[in-house]
Amino acid sequence: MLSRDEDILKAAEDWRKAGRGVALATVVETWGSAPRPVGSNLVIDNEGNFLGSVSGGCVEGAVVTEAIDVIDSGKPKMLEFGVADEQAWNVGLSCGGTIRVYVEKVG
Amino acid sequence: MKLEILQALNAERAARRAVAVVTDIASGEQRLVKAADAGKDLLADVLDKHLRMAKSGMEETAQGKVFVTVHVPSPQLVITGAVHISQVLAPIAKLLDYDVTIIDPRTAFASPERFPDVKVVAEWPDVALPPLNVDRYTAFVAVTHDPKIDDPALIHALERDCFYIGALGSRKTNAKRLARLKEAGLRDDQLSRIHAPIGLDIGAVSPAEIAVSIMAEITQRLRQKVDKAEAA
Repeated sequence: MLSRDEDILKAAEDWRKAGRGVALATVVETWGSAPRPVGSNLVIDNEGNFLGSVSGGCVEGAVVTEAIDVIDSGKPKMLEFGVADEQAWNVGLSCGGTIRVYVEKVG
Repeated sequence: MKLEILQALNAERAARRAVAVVTDIASGEQRLVKAADAGKDLLADVLDKHLRMAKSGMEETAQGKVFVTVHVPSPQLVITGAVHISQVLAPIAKLLDYDVTIIDPRTAFASPERFPDVKVVAEWPDVALPPLNVDRYTAFVAVTHDPKIDDPALIHALERDCFYIGALGSRKTNAKRLARLKEAGLRDDQLSRIHAPIGLDIGAVSPAEIAVSIMAEITQRLRQKVDKAEAA
């Protein structure tokens, strides 16, 4: 069963209070067939642990990598993934849609 | 997201209150808006739309592009009647992510043995219901067949504007029930909100099948209200 969003946001709060570096990724826009709806969350810590989902598994790896950068820099980032992306073969969405993911530091 | 905003957000959700977070995409600035304060916000119309539809999304505003995240409470299901149907309905509802509470003052029915892993309150509705924070994110189902238990609970559910209200019983039983509730002072537009006979008409016979038809009807109410609101 998919984790409920509230568990993810609670985890973000708990992880941060435990002193970990934490970032929150949110699906903010989707086009075509996207695996997870707008508003879906992924929480990531500075060691690459994560909880939740923004794409059902297709691009989480790339989001985690970017999230660790965001935790270091403190600057939010907007990421876009889709089949038209030049990295499509690596981290594209197999379903053919496009998603935009906002990654921000929790702190 | 600032930790204070995240904490406030989680506190609102824990209290089953709807809340929105507005993020300015260009600057990264964020603010939390409680549903109760949304009407006074600069973006009142935008927030109202998103909260009503329980849908997050990007918006172009006079102040630039903002992302509105809305969090509405996860639905809960409150059932009066610790009966056979409830024994099946509760686990189905839990699979669909509902928080389930069963109320029945008859302790022989409301026993933990009959309902493992379900919150069962062996009290009358006037005691059991107020702490549950029954609200518009609550589905309410009355299946005791006993007006002394079901009627006061139905009145509470109608007053709290539950998104779904259903009551077990034939058309005849329901006609009598509606007459009693009318006598108790409820208006016709309120009474018309009660789904009875309960459940989608799928020819359900066994308690498990009836539970499926009830849960299907609840799901229809939950999901199709968006389309209806758009059409209106």
